[in-house]
Amino acid sequence: MGRRLLRNPLAVAGGLIVLVLFVAAVLAPWLTPYDPSDFDAAHVLEGPCALHLLGTDGLGRDVLSRMLFGARVSLMVGFVSVGISSLVGVTLGAVAGYFRGVVDTVLMRFVDVMLTFPTFFLILAVIAYLDASIWNIMLVIGLTSWMGVCRLVRAEVLSLRERDFMVAAEALGMKPSRVIMRHALPNAMAPVFVAGILGVAGAILVESALSFLGIGVQPPQPSWGNILTEGKSTLGVAWWLSVCPGLAILITVLGYNLLGEGLRDILDPRLRSR
Amino acid sequence: MNASNVNVAPGNAPGVGATPPDSSNSLLRAVGLTKTFRVGGSLFGAERSVHAVTDVNLEFGAGRTIGIVGESGCGKSTLGRLLLRLLVPTAGRVEFDGVDLATLTPRDLRSARRNMQIVFQDPYASLNPRMKIGRIVGEGLEVHGVATGKEAREQVLALMARVGLGADAYDRYPHEFSGGQRQRVGIARALALSPRFVVADEPVSALDVSIGAQILNLLMELQDERGLAYAFISHDLRVVEHVSHDVAVMYLGRIVELAPAAEIYAGARHPYTQALLSAVPSVEGKDRKQRVILGGDVPSPLDPPKGCAFHPRCAIAVARCRVEEPQLIDDGGHRTACHLVAGDHLSGHGMAGGAEAHLSRPA
Repeated sequence: MGRRLLRNPLAVAGGLIVLVLFVAAVLAPWLTPYDPSDFDAAHVLEGPCALHLLGTDGLGRDVLSRMLFGARVSLMVGFVSVGISSLVGVTLGAVAGYFRGVVDTVLMRFVDVMLTFPTFFLILAVIAYLDASIWNIMLVIGLTSWMGVCRLVRAEVLSLRERDFMVAAEALGMKPSRVIMRHALPNAMAPVFVAGILGVAGAILVESALSFLGIGVQPPQPSWGNILTEGKSTLGVAWWLSVCPGLAILITVLGYNLLGEGLRDILDPRLRSR
Repeated sequence: MNASNVNVAPGNAPGVGATPPDSSNSLLRAVGLTKTFRVGGSLFGAERSVHAVTDVNLEFGAGRTIGIVGESGCGKSTLGRLLLRLLVPTAGRVEFDGVDLATLTPRDLRSARRNMQIVFQDPYASLNPRMKIGRIVGEGLEVHGVATGKEAREQVLALMARVGLGADAYDRYPHEFSGGQRQRVGIARALALSPRFVVADEPVSALDVSIGAQILNLLMELQDERGLAYAFISHDLRVVEHVSHDVAVMYLGRIVELAPAAEIYAGARHPYTQALLSAVPSVEGKDRKQRVILGGDVPSPLDPPKGCAFHPRCAIAVARCRVEEPQLIDDGGHRTACHLVAGDHLSGHGMAGGAEAHLSRPA
């Protein structure tokens, strides 16, 4: 699998972007030249220079430091919300696919109902009632994005259900939970993995948008979305405040998408021609 | 266990199984087993039903094999799964040791499954590709708490050795093995819990002839060692002849003929069985027997013919066959569902006598 991934230059590029961002986010406290919330009244809205590689913002804070800490937020939101959505989606999908019948029908209609909500407005509505903390955002994104994974897993388990080794597991007298955990899911995880990576990109976008609108990660905690908001008001005098987070979001989402699509081509030969 | 009672005296057929119940040596008994699948049935379309298995009565005794033969789609595999209650029958029941499996709680049914196992046709689909051989074979021991740790490992290794797998296979994955080796893994998995009844669902039809013969011999040795009862499902009449004590011929979900193997191969009575047997290639090229060629296909089980399901393809069908469904009638331990057989034997019609029975299991 690794070798075939390396033969796909776009996937390699995506993988490198993801890797660099991951390392940058993890090592942020050691990489940053300044504390991201250190005010410096003497250096307000300074352009990129040797002291501040990406300039400073309206309060004199170092933009590079804020960007690196913002990457932590993006990474955490991406992985935690995808973790939540995968957990919910895989569980419900496996149950629906394994038990079929009424259970399947009820769960799938529930999925249909969830899909009719315009996700973003649902999130807006929920955030309006809850605190706009990063944990609530991750929870809400996770709980509104599990439907795709659920359908994927259901379809995989439905087809696995007919395979002889699944029948053998049942014939050996295993409980349904064991058949699902030991026999169905290990053989159904490849598409979930791909969907998860693509989902990280989606979650990062949603978090950025919420923060941009001021109902996501709250200042002074830096996130790419709220840096961008500040950049919007000073666009005429400080282009770097908009360009840096904008490019960061673009490149990150692109990286996850390229990696995800590359993996999908490898893991699912049926989709390769598309 | 000795294979006894193959040639049964008329009127006394302990091994051949149907009602009337003679539960003294019956291990697993199917009574009126019927399975109907519902298809279609959308909001607007009318629901239709597929009659996969209809009114099957069989009785399996320890150490004995009933071969179940028929064309593709005749309900053989469905019957195999019904016998193990991997499918829930629409009507009828399966009794194991006199206990109706339908009366068991899910928990009791799971524990009863120790006694009844299955070997599959496709050795590539029947093993979980992400589990090592040792785990596959030993999982049943773990699930039923029979053995754990070192003890389980030793049991698994002993069993693997018995079915002809080396100890080095324990930590390898299924994809590293050939079809025949995988089938041995499947057999070891089925036998790990020391079952008493095993459904062998076309266990050799996916294998080369020589490999298949080894697997057949292994199955028969294991039967002699452990007194296993087999339901041996196959479309290959020669294979069935080789392993079976009794043979049940299925057509469109029904048993049309049920008799000791030697009798089926020496004197098949149902015209369908005769046609099947005449299609078996013979080594003696010179005196070519007269072939009975079956026209047409098996009718759709969605819309089975009225009367005898076989009548549209039967060379000797009469008016009665089109309206009245023949019952499986016992004549000296040889059961046949055919109006023309009921009174006088049919051996003069269709084809002569039947094929040679030289491969039959010794009595």
